[in-house]
Formats: sequence, C-alpha cells, structure tokens
Amino acid sequence: MKTNLSKLFGGLAALLLCVQLNAAETVKVGVLHSLSGTMAISETSLKDVLLFTFDEINNAGGIKVKGKSHKIQPVVVDPASNWPLFAEKAEQLLVQDKVSVVFGCWTSVSRKSVLPVFERHNGLLFYPVQYEGEEQSKNIFYTAEAINQQATPAVDFLIADGRKKFYLLGSDYVYPRTTNKVLKQYLRSKGFRVPADGEEFDPIKHDVYEEYTPFSHQDYQTIVARIKKFSAGGKACVVSTLNGDTNVPFFKEFANAGLTSETCPVVSFSISEDEFRSLPTKDLVGHLGCWTYFMSINSPENKKFIADFKKWLTTAPAGVEKNNRVTCSPMNLSRIGVYLWKQAVEKAGSFEVDKVREAMYGQKFKAPTGEVVMQTNHHLKNPVFIGETLANGQFKIIKSLGAVPGEPWSAKFLPKL
Amino acid sequence: MRRTLSKADYWFLGLVAVTGLVILPCLNAFPPKESFFHVSDFKVSLYGKYLCYAVLALSVDLLWGYTGLLSLGQALFFALGGYALGMHLMLMIGERGVYKSKLPDFMVFLEFPAKYPDTAGLPAHWIPFYNFWFATGAVIWVPALLALVFGYLAFRSRIKGVYFSILTQALTYAACLMFFRNDFTFGGNNGLTDFKDILGQNLNSPATKRWLFICSVVLLLLTFLLCRWVTATKFGKIQRAIRDSENRVLFSGYATANYKLFIFVLAAVIASLGGALFVPQVGIINPSEMAPEKSLEAVVWVAVGGRGTLVGPIIGAVGINALKSYSTHSWPEYWLYILGALFVFVTVFLPKGIAGIPGQLRNLKKRMSRPTENMITAQVSTADTKT
Repeated sequence: MKTNLSKLFGGLAALLLCVQLNAAETVKVGVLHSLSGTMAISETSLKDVLLFTFDEINNAGGIKVKGKSHKIQPVVVDPASNWPLFAEKAEQLLVQDKVSVVFGCWTSVSRKSVLPVFERHNGLLFYPVQYEGEEQSKNIFYTAEAINQQATPAVDFLIADGRKKFYLLGSDYVYPRTTNKVLKQYLRSKGFRVPADGEEFDPIKHDVYEEYTPFSHQDYQTIVARIKKFSAGGKACVVSTLNGDTNVPFFKEFANAGLTSETCPVVSFSISEDEFRSLPTKDLVGHLGCWTYFMSINSPENKKFIADFKKWLTTAPAGVEKNNRVTCSPMNLSRIGVYLWKQAVEKAGSFEVDKVREAMYGQKFKAPTGEVVMQTNHHLKNPVFIGETLANGQFKIIKSLGAVPGEPWSAKFLPKL
Repeated sequence: MRRTLSKADYWFLGLVAVTGLVILPCLNAFPPKESFFHVSDFKVSLYGKYLCYAVLALSVDLLWGYTGLLSLGQALFFALGGYALGMHLMLMIGERGVYKSKLPDFMVFLEFPAKYPDTAGLPAHWIPFYNFWFATGAVIWVPALLALVFGYLAFRSRIKGVYFSILTQALTYAACLMFFRNDFTFGGNNGLTDFKDILGQNLNSPATKRWLFICSVVLLLLTFLLCRWVTATKFGKIQRAIRDSENRVLFSGYATANYKLFIFVLAAVIASLGGALFVPQVGIINPSEMAPEKSLEAVVWVAVGGRGTLVGPIIGAVGINALKSYSTHSWPEYWLYILGALFVFVTVFLPKGIAGIPGQLRNLKKRMSRPTENMITAQVSTADTKT
C-alpha cells in the first residue's frame, strides 16, 4: 500500500511537471510608440507591425528557451509624442512590468530621452528608424539605417547619374544637420566645391548649397525660386531631409515652378511608402528614395510578409486601421528586430540582457530583402536600394546596392581629406 | 499669518507635509525592495514631477483664478527655469559625454569650436552657468525680466481678456520656434539631456532622487503659503477687485497695470522654480515643453481642480497627471477618451472644479431644505465668479 501511494505521488508529481512543461510560459515585451500626438501617424504603424510579428512568433510556437516555449506578451504603452513621458514610460516598462526587451521610439529626441533610462536599468531597446548615428549605446540595438546606408549611397547614385550641383535642404533638427554635415565632407572628398564653415555661398565658386527650414514650415516659394536659379545651368539635384507635413507645400511649390525629376531630381530620406498616405503623390512622381526596404521588392519572403500582414489586419483588434495599409522600411526593420532578438534569446538560452547582447552579435536573419546580419557595433549589415516614386505611392527599384554594413560614426566611413 | 490660514488650509498643509516630507521618503529609504510598503525610486521621481506641475498650476491660478488674467503662456516660464538649471547640469557632464570633450555633445557635432573660437567653442552666455548659484539665480531673474518687459508693454497698452491670452500664447510659440533652431545654441530640438550629477551628487542615486522630491514638496508648500499670504493681504483684495471689475478699480485711483505687472512677474518666477526642479527629476528639457499646448494643459489642470482656490490647482495637476501616467499604461488606446470625458464632466457638472464639490453639496442641501432662498444664493455665487 505504501509503495502504491508513493508511486501515485510520484506519478502525480511527474504529471504536474509535464503540465508545467507544456503550459505556455510568457515573456513580457514592451512596445514604446506614440499612439497619440504629432508622431502617432508614423508610430502607430510600427506598433501594428510589432503586434503582428508577436502573433506570428506565438503561432509558430513562441520563443524556445531551454526546452520551454515562451509566448510573447506585449505591454503596449502610449508616450503620446511627449519626450519626458517617453522617459517615464520606459522606466515604467523596465521597473514595474520588468519587460525583457523594448521595441520603440521614432524621433531622435525620444531616443535621447530614454537612453539614460535604459543604461541605468541595463534594459534593451530596439530602434527601427533611419537616424543620424554618432551614438552607440550598449543597451540599444539600431536596426535603423545609418547615414552610410542611406545618404551617402544616394549621393553616390546621383554623382554616377552625372549630377554636378547639390542643394541640401532639411528641417532644422539634429538628423538633417548631421546628415548634411557628413554629406558636405563626403562631397568635398569627391572633388565638389563646398563652402567652408561660415563662408557665404557663391554661385560661381561653389557647387553645394545648404539650407534649413523650421518644423511645419509652409512657405517654400522663396526656397523653390532659389532652387530654380541654382539648377538653371542643369545637372543639379536636391537632397531633402525635410520631415513630415512640410513635404506637402514643398513638392507642390516645386511642381508649380516647373521643376521636374528630369531637370532637378529630389532624393528624400524621410519619405517611405507609409508617408505617401498623407502626401500628394502626383507631385512626387519620378523623385527618388533610398532605403533598405521597399514594399515593391520582389522576393518570396516579402510577398509572404505583405500577405500575412494584410491577413492579420483583417483579424486585428479594434482601433487598428485596416484600409489602404502598406509596408515600409521602418516597419520591416521593426519586425527584423523582433526576430533577431528571438534568435539571440534562443541562442543565449536566457532572457538576461547581458547574455542576449552577447548572442546578438553575428545574428543572421533572412529578411524580405535578403540576409541581414547584426554587427558588433549594434548596427545591421543590410542591403540598400534606390527607388523612383510611382503615381500609386510605390517605388520602382532602379538600383540595388547589395549589403552595406551600417556604421554610426561618420569619422570611420568618411574618406580622410 | 495665523489669520490668513483657514482650518482646512492647516489640514491640507499638514497632510502634504507629513506625506511628502516623512512618509514617502521613509517608505522609499527603509523597507526592503520586495516589501509591499516599498516606494520605488521611479515612483519618487514621478511624484516629484507631479509636484512641479502643481507649482506650475498654482502660478496659472494666481493669474487666472485670482487676477482674471488667463495666461496661455505659463509653460514658457516653466521651461525657462528648466533650461537655466539644465544648462548648468549640461556643463557638469564634463568629459563623460559621447565625444569625451569638455563641451556638451551637441556643441561638438554642430562644430561650435569653429563658430566660437575665442571661448574654445562654448558660447559666452554659457560660461557663467558653470556656477550652480548663478544658474539658480538665472532661474529667477531670466523669467522675471521677460515677464517684466512683456507685462509692462502688454498692461501699459491696456491689453486684457482674450487679447492678453492670445499674446501670451504667441509669446510662448515664438520662444518655442526660436529654441527649436540649432543656431540658438540651446541644443535645438533635442534640447538638453543625459545629465549626470547635481552639486556633485549622482542624479541616478536613490538619495539624490529622494532629496529632489523633498525639495519639490518644500517648494510646493512655500508657494502655497506665499500665494495664500499674497491673496489675503490688501494687495490680494485689489487683485480680486481687478478680476471682478477692472474699470471700477481704475476709477477708484489704483494703477491697475502695476498690480497686474507685479502678479505676472511673481507667477513667472513661481513657474520657473517649478521648471528648475522638474528637469533634474525628468532628465530632459527641450523646446516642446514651451509649445502652446503645454500651457493649455496647465490651464485645464486648474479648471478641473477649481480655479480661484489654492487647493484646487494642486489637486488638478497631481490628479490629472497621475491619471495620465496610469491610463497611458493601462489603456494606451483609450486614455484620451477617458481624460476627455473627465474634462466634459467637470465643465458640465462641476463649474467650480473638484475643489468646489463641498460648496456644491452645501448648496444642494440648502436647496433641499429651503427652496426659496436658493435663488438668492445662486445669484450671489454667479456674481462671485464673474471675471
């Protein structure tokens, strides 16, 4: 009898253990994107694609750590395009919810606001939006395009296209300032005549003009007139780092002035497929974009990504915009971030930040555009493409540049003078 | 002082002082981290932030509730205080920045050394901010000076009512655009961030956070007492008379412009002190803190809490911000609806805000017992709130 009892208990214990093994463990993951305020229009798409990716992973069995399967349990918060609130929400995610990783941020200032929080609590952040570099925190992985994966390849393309004069136009904040600073030095090294710091632009002596407009600037008449004069001799182009809604009056004025993509092409670094939802596409036809992803990329992985995302949208929770949705580079890079983190966790066999960080280095993923690799400098090696805007708000790929290793420090990729 | 403080004031001040100066700091310092009673460092800084907002709300109320000047630019002074202290904290980072330079990082990549070669890249107006006491002084005199000049021009020209509101809003918007510019030397859009320490103390250590919180409590208590004192003196009576009928005060021989100017400058300094304590606890100051909507938010806190009272704005600022913190986390998709519904509810059913609830209840009770007299009290109370 006694032995029977002990067998019974043994059996029960084994059963309980089995139940425990099979019961889905969960892992909390933070989503830190503005769902209200000025940035909501861009960032909501990233929240959507993250939720889609979590479902995709959960349906495929979750994350396997030491034989146990962990389902991803997202904790979505709304930092409301308010930079101090970004820091508060980041700390809340790390301290209260104890999330293993956070995916989030769009603007540089939001990243700068949360960076001290992630370093203090040794958290992990994945940042998916093209940015100015000059930063490499051990607590952030930048799946975003660095300047040498977007700006310099685009300028190379324009030079090869025979462009002789460059008009650098941007909104006045850190990303355009840094990009143009790098581009000026880059153009100087290619033999173009760039005004020195503090030197007045002289149409006879110089080939490069630099200008900034405030946020939400509406009046582009004077600037477009100046561009027209600048491009009068032919072979000129505009490198635009204008952001958000200022693009609407700029491109309207540009078209009104009779400038076209043949006479003076504009290459924009802040306009992807998702932005076309709020832009007058017909004014942008023929102008250029440079990203590490286009929705029009023709690969089985990309077709599956788009189809699955659209299918997910039909069953998506209330509040998710279901019509006219597209995919774009920041969305693709958000999804890549989640998969790289999953692989790193599985390799490390742990959710601990220090172990995951080590396992991240060299992590490879077959993305819709081809293979991407996480480098030890926390940036991706990622294929770069140049596309031409079509009337339907898509890009026609006119050049593939192959995989470019991202480099945050401009001093390392700029040729020495 | 004794005459000016009511029994309710003593209770409120006592409650804030005991909770803020004794209970919360002790619960943060002593119980072990796992304990149910432990208040985390994160919470301490968060509450400190609410208290700074409460100081801002008091400054709005001093103008709007007591003098009838609806300033829609009060966040500008809050942000200026933040910038003044932020500049000092920025210089104290020293060579621990990304570029290991003595200059703040943004000055390095914007090539300030080439622009300001005489001072090794640091613009001349930044240099005195190495001194903590100069920065603290600037927290007071910079907004005071701006308020003095702006107020002098506005009140001399007899600008009042909605025109005053529009002008203050324009002022803060103009300042916001100016601070956004990188050439303005205050860090542009990214503002000032990644501070390391204050007066040699590590800003991330629990003790520093606790002290900053205690400073916020003390600032709030002192502001409360100051406001109570100002509004209870003869000066305060004239202040309210200006609110209720400025022309009558003017014809009685008072130079109302001077009274308004004084209160405008005082409110600016109070807001600025709140901003100065806000920055080290939050860790960032950038121009969006002076965007017009921030000032509007502060007005909403006062309206919800109850204008023309001193307890109301504090309840409004702390309550709404706590609700915002909670709901952006628990209902990220719906928090705007929750706050919106609250504002509509308060405007429709609580015209005197949360602080007016006891009065409303008393009125209701009177109305129940003596229906005829209620007409008179209703008339009196509307005359009371006329601005």
